[in-house]
Amino acid sequence: MLTVNQLNVTLDTLTLAKDMSFSLQPGKVNVIIGPNGTGKSTLLKTLFGDIKAQSGDIHFFDQTLTTKQLSAWRKLFGYMPQDIRLDIELSVLEVVLLGQLDALSLRLDDALIEQALSALDKIGLLHLANRSVNKLSGGQCQMILFAQALMRNPKILMLDEPVSALDLHFQHVLLDHLDEQTKQQGWVTLMVLHDLNLAAQYADNLLVLKDGQLVKSGDPKDILTPELIKEVYGVQAEISKDSHGLPFVRTIRRSRTEVNLSTDGKVTQLDKGIANAI
Amino acid sequence: MQSSGLLSDAISNQRRSEQRRWFVMSILFVVLITSFILDVATGPSLLNIKEVANALLHLIGFDTPVDPTTEVIVTNLRLPIAIMAVIVGGVLGVGGAEMQTLLNNPMASPYTLGMAAAAGFGAAMTLYVGSLGLNANVAVPLGAFVCCMLAAAFLFALATMQHISSGQLILAGIALLFLFQSLLSLVQFISSPELSQQILFWLFGSLSKASWSNLLIVGGVTLVCMVFLMKDAWKLTALRLGEERAKSLGVNVSRLRLKTLFIVALMTATVTSFVGIIGFIGIVAPNIAKILVGEDQRFFIPLSFLIGAFLLSSASVLSKVIVPGALFPIGIVTAIIGVPFFFWLILGKRR
Repeated sequence: MLTVNQLNVTLDTLTLAKDMSFSLQPGKVNVIIGPNGTGKSTLLKTLFGDIKAQSGDIHFFDQTLTTKQLSAWRKLFGYMPQDIRLDIELSVLEVVLLGQLDALSLRLDDALIEQALSALDKIGLLHLANRSVNKLSGGQCQMILFAQALMRNPKILMLDEPVSALDLHFQHVLLDHLDEQTKQQGWVTLMVLHDLNLAAQYADNLLVLKDGQLVKSGDPKDILTPELIKEVYGVQAEISKDSHGLPFVRTIRRSRTEVNLSTDGKVTQLDKGIANAI
Repeated sequence: MQSSGLLSDAISNQRRSEQRRWFVMSILFVVLITSFILDVATGPSLLNIKEVANALLHLIGFDTPVDPTTEVIVTNLRLPIAIMAVIVGGVLGVGGAEMQTLLNNPMASPYTLGMAAAAGFGAAMTLYVGSLGLNANVAVPLGAFVCCMLAAAFLFALATMQHISSGQLILAGIALLFLFQSLLSLVQFISSPELSQQILFWLFGSLSKASWSNLLIVGGVTLVCMVFLMKDAWKLTALRLGEERAKSLGVNVSRLRLKTLFIVALMTATVTSFVGIIGFIGIVAPNIAKILVGEDQRFFIPLSFLIGAFLLSSASVLSKVIVPGALFPIGIVTAIIGVPFFFWLILGKRR
């Protein structure tokens, strides 16, 4: 169990975590949602020990995050940062192998290569193994980096917007694989997503962040409401159930009739036809 | 079924690509040996290549007939210079390779970051101030070494600062380059014409001061540094994925950065203090190595060494044969053959 107690993080004058407390269970997919610049990536970096919290503590079972034992702490993690650029002259296989950095020696082990290849195989990218990563698309790079994170045999897996560059097919390949492995291996999985429908479909536990505060957390079925979305994003939404009974979010654009064209405040609402004509 | 076929294909492709890179390295090694033998064979008293080969074989224990004069020239004069060219070129190549890795920038090298200029200033200062009772052959390299390490220490201090980007480090290095160049000009400006001439000669870079005892120091430092670098080969490869990603893979980035910077500084300062300023190899050699074997540092480090060694060794040959009988300072020759090469490299990369 990953436990966060009374966490406070301030960078310069920006508060990115305020009295944040929560605990995450093994074998569960936890999804963080929230507006831009609200402290989602910062939270992941803090958990990884890359940003120092002003106060609060972080535990994984009986292990505690301290600066002294940082490298032991980081061994627990598979962590996939947001940046997906891979500007290096290496093969896909070599990039995936780096996930097992500590086990690599000057001569590559056949067993390790097989492990890396099977990680690629499971996400359907074995055919890219010998290609140079310089020549891949952004989405392909993202999948490769996912395979690299899996190579680490993590106890805690953190992914920062892992599907940002993926097409529909690979979004589901990645998330399905992640969900299945999380349950099978008993990982604590924590990822940031922007797509509320993907979050609703894959999250066992949803953490909603705004301005460094944990606004709400729990099963998406229970907590995802139009009021919450309005409060957090300032966007109107309708929520229905899909065929599996999971919440389906449909946001509503601001109507053109609400467009305020007046300067003196007299004409506040115009009909669509007039708005279009203007 | 199909995927297990793909799996074994992928393994054998990987092995084949490793073999290809070993092959590239062996070719470079052969080319280097050739240029090394030519380097020993050429000089003011043109020796017969066969006699040189015989003398070399004799030296490593073969029972070949050898002319005593040839043997003396080869062992005491030509061989130390030729070996020095190989080691110095190799060190400059590896130094550039690791600076480019650390700073994530193909323009970085100990030279462009002002370390060579600092060594030049150190040497000039020692020549100007006098050797303070020390033998000049010891004092000048020592002055160069100390100054070069000081410049490196400055970069070192910057690198330990939180949130400093590699771009800022490069800018700081370039600023150092200008600073030490100005200081160097200042020393030259205030010193007598004879001294100024002496400084100029040191700056040109020359292998002629190579001796077996120098070689022992340079070779020993290089060997130790190379072993340490190769031990971190995979970590350095990971670092090139970006700092954040390297951290996510468990690399202690700041420690690796400092350690590598120290190793590079030590190697560069050592060779520069004995041979003077030799530019371009630090930038050109790693870029060629990258094109040939990619950035897997297991191959990238040794190949950068081999290419750097070959470039300097062949420059040493050229410096002797351009005008027969005259010996051009090697620092001048490297830059002249380096520049067209560099242009070719830049334009070749443009797709």
